[in-house]
Amino acid sequence: MADNTASKTKNSALTGNSAMALAMKQIDPDVCAVYPITPSTTVIEEFSSYVADGAVETEFVTVESEHSAMSACIGASAAGGRAMTATSSQGLALMWEMLYIASGMRLPIIMTTVNRALAAPINIHCDHSDSMGARDSGWIQLYSETVQEAYDNLFQAVKIAEDERVLLPVMVCLDGFITSHAIEVLSLITDDEAKDFVGDYTAKHPLLDTDNPASMGALALPDTYMDFKHVQSDAIAASKEVVIEVGKEFGKRFGREYGLIDTYQLEDADVAIVILNSAAGTTRVAIDELRAKGLKVGLLKPRLFRPFPHAEMVEALKGVKAVCVLDRADSFSGFGGPLFNEVRSALYDMEDRPKIMGRIYGLGGKDYTTENAVAIYEALFDVVKTGKIDTLNDYMGS
Amino acid sequence: MATLKELAGQEELFSGGHRLCAGCGIPPIVRLVLRSAKGPVVATTATGCLEVGSTIYPYTSWKVPWMHSAFENAAATISGIESAYKALKRKGRLPVKPVSDDKDTKFIAFGGDGGTYDIGLQALSGAMERGHNFLYVCYDNGAYMNTGIQRSSATPLGSATTTSPAGSVIPGKEEYRKDITRIMVAHRSPYVAQASPHNWKDLEKKAARALEINGPTFLNVMSPCPLGWYSKPEDSIALAKLSTDTCFWPLYEVDEGVLKISYKPKEKKPIGDWLKLQGRFKHLFKPGGEEIIEKIQLDIDTNWERLLDMDGKLIF
Ligand SMILES: Cc1ncc(C[n+]2csc(CCOP(=O)(O)OP(=O)(O)O)c2C)c(N)n1
Repeated sequence: MADNTASKTKNSALTGNSAMALAMKQIDPDVCAVYPITPSTTVIEEFSSYVADGAVETEFVTVESEHSAMSACIGASAAGGRAMTATSSQGLALMWEMLYIASGMRLPIIMTTVNRALAAPINIHCDHSDSMGARDSGWIQLYSETVQEAYDNLFQAVKIAEDERVLLPVMVCLDGFITSHAIEVLSLITDDEAKDFVGDYTAKHPLLDTDNPASMGALALPDTYMDFKHVQSDAIAASKEVVIEVGKEFGKRFGREYGLIDTYQLEDADVAIVILNSAAGTTRVAIDELRAKGLKVGLLKPRLFRPFPHAEMVEALKGVKAVCVLDRADSFSGFGGPLFNEVRSALYDMEDRPKIMGRIYGLGGKDYTTENAVAIYEALFDVVKTGKIDTLNDYMGS
Repeated sequence: MATLKELAGQEELFSGGHRLCAGCGIPPIVRLVLRSAKGPVVATTATGCLEVGSTIYPYTSWKVPWMHSAFENAAATISGIESAYKALKRKGRLPVKPVSDDKDTKFIAFGGDGGTYDIGLQALSGAMERGHNFLYVCYDNGAYMNTGIQRSSATPLGSATTTSPAGSVIPGKEEYRKDITRIMVAHRSPYVAQASPHNWKDLEKKAARALEINGPTFLNVMSPCPLGWYSKPEDSIALAKLSTDTCFWPLYEVDEGVLKISYKPKEKKPIGDWLKLQGRFKHLFKPGGEEIIEKIQLDIDTNWERLLDMDGKLIF
């Protein structure tokens, strides 16, 4: 870690949602259009207190649905404002149509996604079905293991989204209840540092420029539609570089540098788990236990899921003999979860690729324990020994 | 108010060359409403004929800033635009400074009856209740025209559409129209009115009044559709007029809660006069249709009496 004495940071004990509300306050967006849903609700409740106390200059729009929340963010962003929202689960699902329009119109909207299972059956607890359902919507997705990461990610999201090379919406995901409602000690940046880091947003062609009227959201026929999509696809692919730059700059300023993926004890590992968000923390504890016994186990935690850091994964998993990808969402393809499929595809061109299997865990808030992680590592050592995977994909613990 | 000559001399904010049909009611409505703002204006449009017909990339008919995002959310989209305006004004960061502090940019959302009465009703209701400063204009052509004349909740009883066809058992749409204008009045909007493009003076006056108010206002405008009504393009404006002469489409306003009828025909015409010029009601002029026409007439009469009763009164 870099020296962070330059920053007047202070430590504070906050829940994930309080930290997100605080980050939003420090960013002071122009428009915040919101609708409540567990477990993201307290983000917008706490933000509304900042509004009520005059701590922000934001126009706070309490819309009548998440569809309208995203629509209002789209209008606000096109108008030239910095727009934000927060949601979970059914709320994100209701936004689905508008997610594609936000990215297709190249609007740098920022959303906190507090991950929660999707109905049916209805369930308010954590899994990643909501954000994974939006994985192909053209949004950049950053995942967060801890409250600290979620807080730090929100500032970086603004800078990434608004970069001229990107101009795409970004969602910052954190685990419902596990991270959103758990109190953690984290290091905060000051309001001034936050403002200075994200800067002012000046849209290039704001709708509110009535002297230079623009038409946005036109109908594109087959002669042009694909070109729009091609440009958008190139932009999200290229955003990786910006994510790296911004992560470095954040590190330089505040002492916590971020990349596209995070690894733990992976360098010399024989077997590894790939996992997103808070469960990476649990996995780290299991790794410490097994390493103490001399077992070479490691972790790869993608921070960026969209765009997918495929090259970085290949690089990081070189030399690993067997990998288990743990998905907190099913893709109902009969062939494993989304993370499994993408990691497996990324590794296809490796010379000496590891054996790779997938497990679905933790749906609807089912606990993921260190014992679970240890069992996975044991299974991976079996794969290394036998050279065979018995069950390619399975549900874990049900 | 502008004279016709003055109007003709004004800059056109919605240009020709668009792909709306000959005889479509939408372009004259949009042109008149945009001019009524008499200053900077930002518009949004729900998915539908107006959107599809006015902006085929890279062309646009809009000489004011305009955006389209989806079908059911014109009111939510304009909420966001207007909110950004408020925030940026407060922060001194508007791209164009307002002419004066009290002369703000105007915000207008346009939607068809489908995008307003049906799929967009929730977003519209929300935006009205929240009190954004905008005018919502519904052009009511009585069906989902863009997708090929399917019924909406604005489709008149008896009308044949492609999802309420006149069959041998069911004679077209069996339900009455939804009275969205009353629903908007119930939102206690400071200004709600019905207008029609044949009476351009009245339409312009109402749009200007709605736009001078700081708050959420609503105009429901009759919009003839030759394609969906199976009528002649050259009859459109006459059909618009007949809709008011028959009191099918009463012209009235509710200004700060006071209802005022804007046009009382000297001699109220029978609804058959309007129906018979439109192919969508053709089946009503065959044996068995009289009953339905009577039913329509009775509904119009009841509604007109109700309006006459309320004329000049504070209704909320
Ligand atoms: C969510 C959604 N559902 C359906 C459609 C298909 N659609 C596009 S326009 C339209 C009908 C529009 O009808 P109306 O609002 O009356 O406007 P008009 O076509 O008459 O201009 C429909 C059903 C859509 N674009 N989006």
